[in-house]
Amino acid sequence: MHPAPSVILFSTMSGAGFGLLAFLGLGLPVVTGGLAFGYFALAYLLAVGGLIASTFHLGHPERAMKAFKQWRSSWLSREGICAVAALVVMAIYGAGLVFFGTRIGLLGTIGAILSFGTVFTTSMIYTQIKTVPRWNNTTTPAMFLSICIAGGALLAGEVKFAVPLLILAAAAQIGHWLFGDRALAESGTTLATATGLGARGEVRAFEPPHTGTNYLLNEFVYVIGRKHALKLRIIALILMIAVPLALVLLGQSFIFIALAAISHLVGVFTARWLFFAQAEHVVGLYYGKR
Amino acid sequence: MTTLPTSTDRKLGLVIDLDTCVGCHACVISCKGWNTENYGAPLSDQDPYGANPTGTFLNRVHSYEIQPEAAPAQLIHFPKSCLHCEDAPCVTVCPTGASYKRVEDGIVLVNESDCIGCGLCAWACPYGAREMDAEEKVMKKCTLCVDRIYNENLPEEDREPACVRTCPAGARHFGDFADPDSNVSQLTAQRGGMDLMPEMGTKPVNKYLPPRPKDQSLKEEVDILAPFLEPITEAPKGFLGWLDKALDAMPGGPKGGSN
Amino acid sequence: MPKDQPNLDTSPPVSDEVRKTTCYMCACRCGINVHMKDGKVAYIEGNKDHPVNRGVLCAKGSAGIMQVNAPSRLKAPLKRVGERGSGEFEEISWEEALTLATEWLEPIRKEAPEKLAFFTGRDQSQSFTSLWAQGFGTPNYAAHGGFCSVNMAAAGIYTMGGAFWEFGQPDWDHTKMFVLFGVAEDHDSNPIKMGIGKIKDRGARMVGVNPIRSGYNAVADDWFGITPGTDGLLIMALIHELFKAGKLDLDYLARFTNASCLVNEDTKSDQFGLLMRDDDGEPLVIDRNTGHLAPWNGQGVEPDLSGTHRAAGVTHRPVFHLMADRFLDPKYAPEEAADKTGISASRIKRLAADMARVAFDEEIVLDRSWTDFRGKKHDKMVGRPVSMHAMRGISAHSNGFQTCRALHTLQIILGAVETPGGMRFKPPYPKPATAHPKPHGKVTPGAALNGPHLGYPHGPDDLMLHEDGSAIRIDKAYTWENPLSAHGMMHMVISNAHAGDPYKIDTLFMYMANMSWNSSMNTTGVMEMLTDKDENGDYVIPHIIYSDAYSSEMVAYADLILPDTTYLERHDCISLLDRPISEADGVADAIRWPVVEPDRDVRGFQSVLCELGARLGLTGFVNEDGSQKYEDYADYITNHIRRPGIGPLAGWRMGEDGLQDGRGDPNEGQLDSYIQNGGFWVSHVPEEASYYKPFNMAYQNWAVEMGFYDSVQPYIFTPYVEPLRRMQLAAEGHGRVQPPDHLRQQVKDTMDPLPIWYAPLSDEMIDCDEYNVHALTQRPMAMYHSWGTQNAWLRQIHGRNPLYVPTKIWEANGFEDGDWAKVTSPSGTITVPVAHMAALNENTVWTWNAIGKRKGAWALDKDAPETKEGFLLNHLIHELLPAKGDGMRWSNSDPITGQAAWFDLRVKIEKTDAPAADQSKPEFSPQESPVGKGPKSQAWKVGK
Ligand SMILES: Nc1nc2c(c(=O)[nH]1)N[C@H]1C(S)=C(S)[C@@H](COP(=O)(O)OP(=O)(O)OC[C@H]3O[C@@H](n4cnc5c(=O)[nH]c(N)nc54)[C@H](O)[C@@H]3O)O[C@H]1N2
Ligand SMILES: Nc1nc2c(c(=O)[nH]1)N[C@H]1C(S)=C(S)[C@@H](COP(=O)(O)OP(=O)(O)OC[C@H]3O[C@@H](n4cnc5c(=O)[nH]c(N)nc54)[C@H](O)[C@@H]3O)O[C@H]1N2
Ligand code: SF4
Ligand code: SF4
Ligand code: SF4
Ligand code: SF4
Ligand code: SF4
Ligand SMILES: [Mo]
Repeated sequence: MHPAPSVILFSTMSGAGFGLLAFLGLGLPVVTGGLAFGYFALAYLLAVGGLIASTFHLGHPERAMKAFKQWRSSWLSREGICAVAALVVMAIYGAGLVFFGTRIGLLGTIGAILSFGTVFTTSMIYTQIKTVPRWNNTTTPAMFLSICIAGGALLAGEVKFAVPLLILAAAAQIGHWLFGDRALAESGTTLATATGLGARGEVRAFEPPHTGTNYLLNEFVYVIGRKHALKLRIIALILMIAVPLALVLLGQSFIFIALAAISHLVGVFTARWLFFAQAEHVVGLYYGKR
Repeated sequence: MTTLPTSTDRKLGLVIDLDTCVGCHACVISCKGWNTENYGAPLSDQDPYGANPTGTFLNRVHSYEIQPEAAPAQLIHFPKSCLHCEDAPCVTVCPTGASYKRVEDGIVLVNESDCIGCGLCAWACPYGAREMDAEEKVMKKCTLCVDRIYNENLPEEDREPACVRTCPAGARHFGDFADPDSNVSQLTAQRGGMDLMPEMGTKPVNKYLPPRPKDQSLKEEVDILAPFLEPITEAPKGFLGWLDKALDAMPGGPKGGSN
Repeated sequence: MPKDQPNLDTSPPVSDEVRKTTCYMCACRCGINVHMKDGKVAYIEGNKDHPVNRGVLCAKGSAGIMQVNAPSRLKAPLKRVGERGSGEFEEISWEEALTLATEWLEPIRKEAPEKLAFFTGRDQSQSFTSLWAQGFGTPNYAAHGGFCSVNMAAAGIYTMGGAFWEFGQPDWDHTKMFVLFGVAEDHDSNPIKMGIGKIKDRGARMVGVNPIRSGYNAVADDWFGITPGTDGLLIMALIHELFKAGKLDLDYLARFTNASCLVNEDTKSDQFGLLMRDDDGEPLVIDRNTGHLAPWNGQGVEPDLSGTHRAAGVTHRPVFHLMADRFLDPKYAPEEAADKTGISASRIKRLAADMARVAFDEEIVLDRSWTDFRGKKHDKMVGRPVSMHAMRGISAHSNGFQTCRALHTLQIILGAVETPGGMRFKPPYPKPATAHPKPHGKVTPGAALNGPHLGYPHGPDDLMLHEDGSAIRIDKAYTWENPLSAHGMMHMVISNAHAGDPYKIDTLFMYMANMSWNSSMNTTGVMEMLTDKDENGDYVIPHIIYSDAYSSEMVAYADLILPDTTYLERHDCISLLDRPISEADGVADAIRWPVVEPDRDVRGFQSVLCELGARLGLTGFVNEDGSQKYEDYADYITNHIRRPGIGPLAGWRMGEDGLQDGRGDPNEGQLDSYIQNGGFWVSHVPEEASYYKPFNMAYQNWAVEMGFYDSVQPYIFTPYVEPLRRMQLAAEGHGRVQPPDHLRQQVKDTMDPLPIWYAPLSDEMIDCDEYNVHALTQRPMAMYHSWGTQNAWLRQIHGRNPLYVPTKIWEANGFEDGDWAKVTSPSGTITVPVAHMAALNENTVWTWNAIGKRKGAWALDKDAPETKEGFLLNHLIHELLPAKGDGMRWSNSDPITGQAAWFDLRVKIEKTDAPAADQSKPEFSPQESPVGKGPKSQAWKVGK
């Protein structure tokens, strides 16, 4: 899949942002006043920033409001609704903390659930896509959620949660990769089933329909950079997990945590780039490409 | 609407005959022409006279080679447009409801004025049947020529998709799969019409007729044809003897001697 | 309707108006409905009433809208200002352009009309352009047939009065076995596809004989991946088997072919090998009723295949005996053919057996009575439902003429020509060689030529030679090098004109042929010849006038450009005098008419010729008072009279009692009638006349009524071709007109009156072990030669062309996707991208024809893929064969017809590094575009 920077940025930022919001909602930590403002500002910056970034890849962002309609079937729609609900609930909750110094626990819990829910719905947008076997399995939400929680913990400065959660996230990410590497092969979808011609012999794509490129190839058949995948995976893991872990274990001051968070986000960004770049859409089979 | 209708009154779609398709791309261009001028935004082209020409097409013809174990390789031309799936994942993923499946005939369409151009439906389609128009930034797909098949401004015989009307080899058939007596249902039944990627669970309406067995003449069967080449004689002289006999046996007067 | 489902208008208006005309995105001439909105072309679809395409339309046809609007369209007359080839021009007015042309041409016509060489490409107005050239008085006129498929056409005419495509087609409705030789697409694009569709519908069988299994061959039930150049041998082996098994339609052969005619076998006679004739010159047969000699066409005669005739101590045998001798020769046994053809003996036998089974076990009988020319009544029509079709794959070889002859002979011995289920002719064909004119070449300064240029010679006397044996024509057509070059030899014009051999010319006037690019062999050499200067610094070919509609590669090489309209902007006439659109069941012709007006300063070329002809005072183009005879082409189409009652169009002519078909006087409303009828006219063949046309009196009478000929002229097929034997006789020393000594042997060897097979001529001049790979081109169905590339839609389908390499060579060279190869022939080298193809003869490589483009042409970006990775195979093909021991260089053509032998090409291939910037080699400097460049993006919609 074409790794569109806007989408990667969105998934990285909003994952962390909603993760942070979730922690804040759960009162981890309980902050009020200016500090709370700082936390919430960061969380909203990430979450809303991500959402805004995600509209960049829309052909018609001015029609974005129409996207809330189809919650009955569309995860994208559900994500939108969830995100707005989370942001609204958490805004009220946050206002309580910032301006009134009160924590409305129930609201916070609902907000936290909605925030997780947002990330879950995001992950389900990908998970439901059967055409991308790498995504179409439970490791995808597991990976999204665990990274979101770990990132949230890190940003919230909840080191005691962050450490195990980062390890968990690492496991989920590795699991997603390992599972994903076999997913297309195990999906049973091949050029043989794609063409229905498999029983007659080995099928090979001969000529593409057009000698030039097209939307499908640009969007779904992304092969550049795959050969660096292993290197990138290691870099992603180091930045996303190892460096932050090392940093928070070294010290828990703001600067350490801030650096850990930045490293984490860069790592997630890298992993998410791979999430797309390595994802093979079955339509590539029709073009003799993966 | 984004959820799928539980059932549609009719199931309109295409049968594509892989035994007959010669890969001429006529259906590709007539589709481009009709849909540029008709339903929704025109199908645009980028860099049309330049180094990297691309454009929106709703129907494209691939080609594949099959290498059987003990026969020469075969080439199959393979047209592909939207299959108007019964369980169309492209519809359910659509957040705006721009993508929908019509209740009356099962045609899957995009309501372009509602489309935000998120591309998700194209992600969800296993067949590469949807293309985002780079100029208009809305999702385009085969409409099954919904603006032809009911169009009272067209003569009755022309109320079929542009690609079907134009296909010189007659490799494309249009009809109602819900009607077991329709041409498309009959063809599917007789020729073993198949689904593409059945494992995707999309339940495509369009069916592909598999190529008939090829190169049967290579098979070393008991040679039923041998009698046809039973030599009458080996030598030219004998040939003339045979000729005389053969001609005598023919109607058309007694054989006269030569002078 | 559910509440969320939008309300859709499923009945929107389609267009303001439909204008029906004829497609010209290729030479198939389908009928089109041009949907107009706001006065502009909105959408093009097939015309369902049209006899050619019945509503279907190919990719090119549907893309016509992109052609009519192409940025590459020429805008105004151009005069060259830069060097030839540079593409630098200035726009001039039509008055200037015509004045200039007149200044160049007038003196030539007065002094030496042959100094004008007027050659046209694949246009469809040859009966008009040739009239113009005749009026001018030059013998140097031809269209493109010589480099295209004259072998097919001439072999068909000489053997049976018609060949495939424009003359004949399989009986699609009845055939049970269809065998296709060497066709990728053909002119009959849509009809062949429709026919294949019909065959598949009925579950009938299709066999493809082709080194490449794509397109039609991909859908064939059986594929014979033959070695190029060996079809003749395969066919001879099939005939051998059928003779051996006696699976022959003897009745048909006896009655309807010259197999029953007696051959003079007196070796001492100057008639040796010719048919014995009576005093009226009619060939003789032995009548089975009487056992005596009788004219072939005598009433009630039952020709015998067996009986011999003794005279002057010599036994004279019927042709059929000679056929038996020839075809039973063990050298034509399948076992002998297997190695060379690459097809096992058992498969050849099986194919022969299949043909025999279908022809004789599955015969079709139509309950239709008919009467033959001997007065015999037949109460039914018996069909041998084996049909065949072939084109350039067998014809574009130096053994192509004899291969095509062999193919027709195979059809004939099966009784499968003009019988149900076999091959059928399209009126006004069949028409035997004897009914065609002979070539004419008598030049008189200031006057017209003595007759039409092109025709069918019947012996040495008909050749276009001066008394001293030198060639009359610049292309050396109808000389001993290629005596039956019935379509001329356009591929030799530029090199002969450049060499001044047989003489120098002054003006090369060309129309619709991209001769500096894809239609030339040795393209690089041709570009040099066109730009070469003499010691005075003048161009060796002094003047070049060219008419094109688009900014093609050739435009840059002309001194004066006469810009043509596109096909939707002009009148055209697809005439019975030329290449009509008839089908087997109906005679038909068609027009084009301006469905849109040109928005540029361009003019229909034929109209320009009407005016130029008048300015030059050409015979036929001026009235008695010297004024212009035809105001424009529409005027010509309506008012020209070829023979009394016969004009360019056969529909809606004026008779004594009003409008009538076929014959009649001009009718001022004729074009309007065509337009009202959808742009065409068709008249159906009466049922009793629908088969056995050459022998069927009902057909003969109908043909006379329609004006195809002026008196009934039945004939029989001629598997034994006397004109060939007459040439041989000359080579054996008989007669006044003698071949030069160096050609005697070739004439004797190749001009056999019965089909033979010999290896392609170049094979013996080059090292076949070194050049061990055959290299071919195929036409892409969605692209027409070079024109398609300017089309924004079509060029997305075919914007590049790799060289397709079979598995064996692919693996031997260790090729991988994205690799490049150096491909070398005895005359050149190219460096090109490769791609793997398994469904391919193991010793053959190929590419799509004419995708590669010169930078700067066709209003494309200079880095368009067609000009980068795209390439032409033409650089490897030379118009001359490599030098033989005698130091002479022979033309790379069929020695009988002069057909360019494109597919004799042999190459060697090796892997090489990708060139810098993936630029295929050879690379040429860009031409200036006289029309600018196309837009960066387009979203087309006229009605809104
Ligand atoms: N779409 C489209 N249609 C066209 C044209 C076009 O450019 N585009 N051009 C038109 C013109 S001008 C012409 S002349 C016709 C030509 O129409 P075709 O005769 O179909 O011409 P080619 O494409 O040259 O195809 C030649 C075929 O012969 C095969 N072949 C080559 N050598 C041999 C051989 O030795 N034996 C056998 N059995 N096969 C062989 C090649 O593989 C190829 O399939 O098409 C006309 N129609
Ligand atoms: N390697 C290889 N080379 C081949 C062949 C092959 O099989 N292999 N095939 C050969 C054969 S059979 C043929 S017929 C030739 C064809 O070769 P060409 O006859 O050169 O073919 P086109 O590319 O059709 O070029 C004709 C020219 O006509 C122009 N034209 C198009 N429409 C109009 C119009 O309406 N009016 C005017 N005035 N001009 C117009 C085009 O712009 C173009 O410049 O190629 C030959 N070359
Ligand atoms: S083919 Fe693709 S676009 Fe068409 S209905 Fe099925 S999933 Fe949707
Ligand atoms: S691109 Fe348009 S049609 Fe497709 S899912 Fe998005 S909104 Fe729906
Ligand atoms: S049905 Fe209409 S829209 Fe669909 S592929 Fe055919 S022509 Fe195109
Ligand atoms: S028009 Fe018909 S034959 Fe041609 S590519 Fe399309 S389906 Fe195949
Ligand atoms: S075959 Fe195609 S390009 Fe040729 S005349 Fe017919 S529709 Fe036009
Ligand atoms: Mo041609």
